[in-house]
Amino acid sequence: MTVNGNDIIIAGGRVIDPALGFGKEADVIIRNGKIENIITPIKAKRTYEDVAPDKIIDATGNLVVPGLIDMHVHLREPGREDEETIVTGCQAAAAGGFTSVCCMPNTDPVIDNQETVKFVISRAQEAIANVYVIAAITKKSEGKELAEIGDLVKAGAVAISDDGHFLQNPELMRRALEYAGMFDIPIITHAEDSFLSAGAVMNESYQSTRLGLKGSPSVAEEIAVLRDIKLAEFIGGRVHIAHVSTAGTVAAIRSAKANGVKITAEATPHHFTLTDEEIGKRFDTNLRVNPPLRTRKDVEAVIAGLVDGTIDCIASDHAPHAEEEKDVEFDLAPPGMIGLETTLGLVKTQLIDKGYLNWADAIRKMTINPARILGLPGGTLEIGSAADITIIDPERKWTVERNKFRSKSKNSPFIGRELIGQVGHTILGGRVVYKSD
Amino acid sequence: MTSSTLQSRHLLGLEGVTREEIKLILDTAETFREIIDRPIKKVPTLRGITVLNLFYEPSTRTRISFELAEKRLSADSVNFAKTGSSVSKGETLKDTVRNIESLKIDMIVIRHSSSGSPYFLTQFVDSNVINAGDGSHEHPTQALLDMLTIRQKYGKLDGLRVVLIGDVKHSRVVRSNIWGLKTMGASVAVCGPSTLLPYEVEKFGVDIFTDLDEALDGADVVNVMRIQLERQQAGLLPSLREYTNLFGMTRDRLHRLNKNYTIMHPGPMNRGVEITPEVADSESSVILNQVTNGQAVRMAVLYLLSGKKEERGEEA
Repeated sequence: MTVNGNDIIIAGGRVIDPALGFGKEADVIIRNGKIENIITPIKAKRTYEDVAPDKIIDATGNLVVPGLIDMHVHLREPGREDEETIVTGCQAAAAGGFTSVCCMPNTDPVIDNQETVKFVISRAQEAIANVYVIAAITKKSEGKELAEIGDLVKAGAVAISDDGHFLQNPELMRRALEYAGMFDIPIITHAEDSFLSAGAVMNESYQSTRLGLKGSPSVAEEIAVLRDIKLAEFIGGRVHIAHVSTAGTVAAIRSAKANGVKITAEATPHHFTLTDEEIGKRFDTNLRVNPPLRTRKDVEAVIAGLVDGTIDCIASDHAPHAEEEKDVEFDLAPPGMIGLETTLGLVKTQLIDKGYLNWADAIRKMTINPARILGLPGGTLEIGSAADITIIDPERKWTVERNKFRSKSKNSPFIGRELIGQVGHTILGGRVVYKSD
Repeated sequence: MTSSTLQSRHLLGLEGVTREEIKLILDTAETFREIIDRPIKKVPTLRGITVLNLFYEPSTRTRISFELAEKRLSADSVNFAKTGSSVSKGETLKDTVRNIESLKIDMIVIRHSSSGSPYFLTQFVDSNVINAGDGSHEHPTQALLDMLTIRQKYGKLDGLRVVLIGDVKHSRVVRSNIWGLKTMGASVAVCGPSTLLPYEVEKFGVDIFTDLDEALDGADVVNVMRIQLERQQAGLLPSLREYTNLFGMTRDRLHRLNKNYTIMHPGPMNRGVEITPEVADSESSVILNQVTNGQAVRMAVLYLLSGKKEERGEEA
């Protein structure tokens, strides 16, 4: 077999593609940036004798999966390029095994108009990941007037969200759902009743009582979720619930799905890993996140929701913040933590190794599920599709280190934690964009 | 058995502080209380030690009490108040403290509106840190002085019934009192409007009342907390008038208490709101004695922590 100068053979790995229902050892042939073939059973190495050795990636013992998709990240550009840029955020994505990211519109200015969508897309041309834009529902995400949603979609937006804020006005949310339906895009809800959560910096629980910190009750999220479920049911619109964090939310989505409501949901690694008990141990401002870390019961419910399919996707909610903004008193720090580079390791360590998910189910939630919800290309290794591929060393142990983050910001509470499962190669359109040490 | 030293080099709160340590602080405070009552109220114990009083929130009693405690121990003290400082120019807490510490400070007393800020300081300073009240979290020296005052009257804390009345949700004094009193074997009840009882407050292991008369039944000590007008504005109370009707400590409720009862208040008092002047100034009131004891307790804490050095960033 001969391959041309740009081609790669990924040899001997276990290929997992949930979209195709494929899961066995196979060689993946990449040609002209596309997946040319998947050959099984794997061939002896000598079969590829005429291929230059540097064009063969030996994936023996590794997993070869569709390039991962993170449907919820904050890239901070335009406006806070000191915290992250589209280029550095995509470097972090590549290091985390993601070939596609969807960026939220709460930049400065907010992505609420065609020009800003186009700006992000043009900046992404230099980046080493596909960037898809989630634009604002309302102008400046202020919750007062609809943004020009038709224009936004025409410019390339794949969904709309006022992420960071709940669209508190139910009448406006109803109109947004009706309007977005014309373009067949989902609305991504940041579910948090802003009256119930006003001033809160953590979950309301015994922990907030003990620490004397203002807590946001789980019902602040659940009331918001239930409202949008009812609106989606009434309108027939598509709602996606971002960063599910409470047991009540999981239960509400489960029952809505059973009733045929068009609703989907995602959960973050921190919400299936950490509880609010962590906060009082060290007042680490990297644990300040919105929605807040909840109780053990909530973490278990989120995991159960991932297991039974109530929660469709795993997304990082990668939220970079400058060191000076986080190196302050707990309640003065802005909410958010970075996540692109720790998501895969946490999925393996917390979900797969603990027996909750198998690899195929986990990969499905980071590939084809978000691709289908947002109508993105990719998420599969189907022959002829773009060669966006992630190679994972599933048993490799590594320690999260501050100075190894590709992200421009370092605000992770997982620094120092040992994780299992690391990205070996990230391949974007047939090009190796990241390779581990 | 009394231990002769404290485990931590900081006093960040009373949660996790042992019975032996509390007893040590109270016993030490008793000896300093004698010094305060002398004509010459000064000892050379902390000569050469410099203490920074870092007050990010207004305070009368606690600030003056710490300052006098430092002076009576012959420490040098410097005072920082948020107003008039570079905080108004945007300087962070961390930068402010690191700069002042560069002037060679040994101990820091901090009052701050953010819960956890004393712990935050321990992550980057070499000084001993004493919490003089952080947000709604803890106010350990207030609870220690409350316990000293109770112990002086009854000779013990074990087995006494103490009722803490008022804004449990926002009160750091209540939290520190709960930790300390329970550790010392007292039985603790809290009483206040349900909007001011925080979520899962029962997990503190205290009895909970929303009816003041019921709470007072059989109690030895009543510690009345200040109620703030802001709570009405925040929608937590219909009015201070109604609060006074339901939770005001008045003379006609006193008969429910055990004989030899004690009335306490950490100050500042809203006379006529949470407590009537009649009760506040009665023979059973030890409110001014609390203030004097506060100085002795703070002397004891400064003395017991001074010179304790360990690695920075330890688990506190």
